[in-house]
Amino acid sequence: MPEEFEPRIVAFFCNWCTYLAADLAGTSRIKYLPNAEVVRVMCSGRIDVQFVLKAFAKGADGVLIGGCHPGDCHYQEGNYKCLRRFRLVQRLLKQMGIEQERLRLEWISAAEGDRVRVVINDMVETLKRLGPAPKLVEQAADLSEVSA
Amino acid sequence: MKPKVAFYWCASCGGCEEAVLDLAEDVLPVLEAVDIVFWPVALDFKEHDVEAMADASIDVAFVNGAVRTTEQLRMARLMRRKSRFVVGFGACAQQGGIPGLSNLTTAAATMQEAYGEGTKPQTSCPVNGYALDLPTLFDTVLPLDRAIPVDYNVPGCPPSPKIIAGALQAFLSGTLPEPGSVLAPDRAMCEECPRRDSHPNELRLEHFHRVPEIAVDPEMCILAQGLPCLGPSTRAGCGARCINGNMPCTGCFGPTSKVRDYGAKALCSIASVMGCNDPAEIDAALEEIADPAGTFYRYSLASSFLERRRMEV
Repeated sequence: MPEEFEPRIVAFFCNWCTYLAADLAGTSRIKYLPNAEVVRVMCSGRIDVQFVLKAFAKGADGVLIGGCHPGDCHYQEGNYKCLRRFRLVQRLLKQMGIEQERLRLEWISAAEGDRVRVVINDMVETLKRLGPAPKLVEQAADLSEVSA
Repeated sequence: MKPKVAFYWCASCGGCEEAVLDLAEDVLPVLEAVDIVFWPVALDFKEHDVEAMADASIDVAFVNGAVRTTEQLRMARLMRRKSRFVVGFGACAQQGGIPGLSNLTTAAATMQEAYGEGTKPQTSCPVNGYALDLPTLFDTVLPLDRAIPVDYNVPGCPPSPKIIAGALQAFLSGTLPEPGSVLAPDRAMCEECPRRDSHPNELRLEHFHRVPEIAVDPEMCILAQGLPCLGPSTRAGCGARCINGNMPCTGCFGPTSKVRDYGAKALCSIASVMGCNDPAEIDAALEEIADPAGTFYRYSLASSFLERRRMEV
C-alpha cells in the first residue's frame, strides 16, 4: 500500500500572538497534526513575500501565516501590512499556477491555543485533498544534449 | 596587446546592441583601446571563427539576452569556453527580462499564439536530401547565469550609457569589484530620483492608476500619485530615465544586492504603502493592479524563486 501523502507546511507565527498560542497549545497538551514547521517572526508584518515564495520553491505544500487579530498588533499595524501583502500575493500565486488554498492567513491571539489545533488540522486536511504542491516541470528540451 | 572583446546576443530585442552604439562618439576611444573579435550585429565574424580561437583567448564577452533556444544555449556555452570573463549585459541576460514572461506559459502555447492554425516552423525538415534544422524553443526561459557561469552583470533595459561606460572602464583599468557583482550602484533608484523631495514621509494609497488613466503631474513623486512606481525596490544607476519621461519605474535594473527575489520585494513595497486595512477595500484597490506578475516581475520572472508558472505535466 502506498504511503499516505503527508503535506509539509511552513508556518510563520508572530512572536506576540500566534506563537504564544502555539505555546499555550503545548502546555495545555492539545494535540494537533505534526505537519507544520513553525518559524517565529517578531511580527506578521515582518514576513517578506520572499519567505513565502522561497518556501514554495523549496518544496513546501502549504504556507501558514499567523498574526494578531486586527487592532491587536504589538506594533500597531504590522498585521494590516501582512494582510495587504497576503491579498496581493494570493493574486500572484494564481498566475503562477499555485492553488490559493496553499497560502493561508489566520489571526490567532495568545489565548487561542485550541485555534492553532483547529487551523493546522484543517489545513493539513485541505492539502491532503489538493495533493503535493505542483513542482517545476522539467525542460522539454534536454539541456545536456546541447554541446558547445 | 589590446584586450580582445566579443559581443553576442541571445533572446533579446536588439536594444542592448543599440545601447552600445548609443555611446556615440564616446564609443570611439573604447574601439581604439580594444580589439573586437566577434559581434554579429555589426561585424562579419562567424561562429566558426570563434570556434577556431583558443579557449579563454577572448578577454571579455558581453552577452545580452536570455537563453530560450538550443542555439542560444550552445552559443552561450561557446562564449563561456572562449572567454576569460563573461558579462551578462542588460535585463534579459541578468534576470530573464521580457522574454522571461514566457515562463507564464509553455513553448507549445507560445507557438500556437504566434502562428495559430497557420504553418508552424519545424525544428527539422528534409530538403533535396539535406536536413535543415531550426533551434528548439525551451518551455522555460533562462537568465544567462542559469545557463553558464557569469562573472558580472550590467543591468538595465537597456543599460544606460553611464553604466556601460563605467563597466568598460572597469575592465580597461582592471578595477573590477568582487566576482558576481552587478556593475551599478548598490542603492535604491529613489535615492537618485529627481522627484525625491516630493515623496511624502508617509504614503497612504487608496487607489492605483495606470498611466493613461490620469494626467501625471510632471514634478511630483510618481508613486505618491498612485502609479505603482517600483523605484523603492530597484537598483539605481539608470539616471531615472523613465521618471524624466514622466513614467513610473518598472524595475529593469533589478534588485540591490540585499534582495534575492525582485518581484516579491517590489510587491511587498507596494502593498506596504496602501492606506486601506479593510479586506474588501484592499481587494478593490488591488483589482486596479490588473497583472501582478507582469507588474512586479516584468523583467525578473525567470530569475525569481518560482522561476515559472506551475503547469500540468
